[in-house]
Amino acid sequence: MDIATTQLKRCDLLSVNGRIDSYTAPQVEDALKSLLDKGRYKIVLDMAGVDFMSSKGWWVLIEAQKACRRYNRGEVVLVDLQDKLRESLNLVGMGSYFKVFDDVTTAVGSF
Amino acid sequence: MTTEVFPGSYASLHPIREFVVKAARQAGFDEAGVYSVELAVDEACSNIIEHAYGGESKGDIRCTYQISAESLTIILKDRGKRFNPENVPDPDFSAQLENLKVGGAGLFLMRKMMDMVTFEFNENGNVLTMVKYRPPSSD
Repeated sequence: MDIATTQLKRCDLLSVNGRIDSYTAPQVEDALKSLLDKGRYKIVLDMAGVDFMSSKGWWVLIEAQKACRRYNRGEVVLVDLQDKLRESLNLVGMGSYFKVFDDVTTAVGSF
Repeated sequence: MTTEVFPGSYASLHPIREFVVKAARQAGFDEAGVYSVELAVDEACSNIIEHAYGGESKGDIRCTYQISAESLTIILKDRGKRFNPENVPDPDFSAQLENLKVGGAGLFLMRKMMDMVTFEFNENGNVLTMVKYRPPSSD
C-alpha cells in the first residue's frame, strides 16, 4: 500500500493506494496520527486508489474523524470513493459520518 | 468443493480474499456481489484471528467453498475459542459521532453482505458457514 501526504494551504491531502484491511489499516492510522500530532485537523482523503476497505479501515477513519471534529477544529472528508466502497459504507450505516466529494479540488475548496 | 488452509495472520487476508473472489466470479456474481463475498470473508477471518485465536499466528483458517446451482457456500473453520454471535451487539450507527463505540461491525457486515450466516462449535473448533444465492441469470 502507498500513502502520500501533501500539505496544502488550507488542509492536508492524504492519497492512499491499495487495500485497507486489518493488515494494512495500521499504516493509514499512523499517517493520520502524524497529521493530528502536528495539529493538522483538516484532512482530504483521496480514496480513488483504494479498491478494498474492511470495517477495520472504517474504524480508523471514524477515530480520526472524532479527533478532527472535536472543538470544531476540522474534519476528514473523502474523495472519489469507488462505488463498491461507497455502497458498503452506506449499507453499514457509516455514511452519515463523512462528506464525500467527487474530486480533490472541490474537497479542498470545502475548507 | 475446494479447500485451502491459510495461516491465521493478517497477512493471509489478501490471499484468502483472492481465493473467495475467484469462487464468487466463477459463481457468476457481478462486481457488487463479488465485493460482498470478499468483504464478508475478510471480516470473518479478521474476527477469527482477533477473537477466536486472540492474536496472530495461533492457528490456521481452513477455507472451503462450494458452488451449487443455487448458491455459493463458504465455510471457515478455526481451532480457536468458541465464538458466540449472541454476545456481539450490533453497532449503533444512529449515535452521534462522539458517542459512537468502535468495534462490532464485522458480524453486522457479514450478515448484510451474505444471505445466510451460521455459527457452530464442535470438538474441533468453530465452523462458520456463509451462503449467498447466485444471480438467476448465471446458469
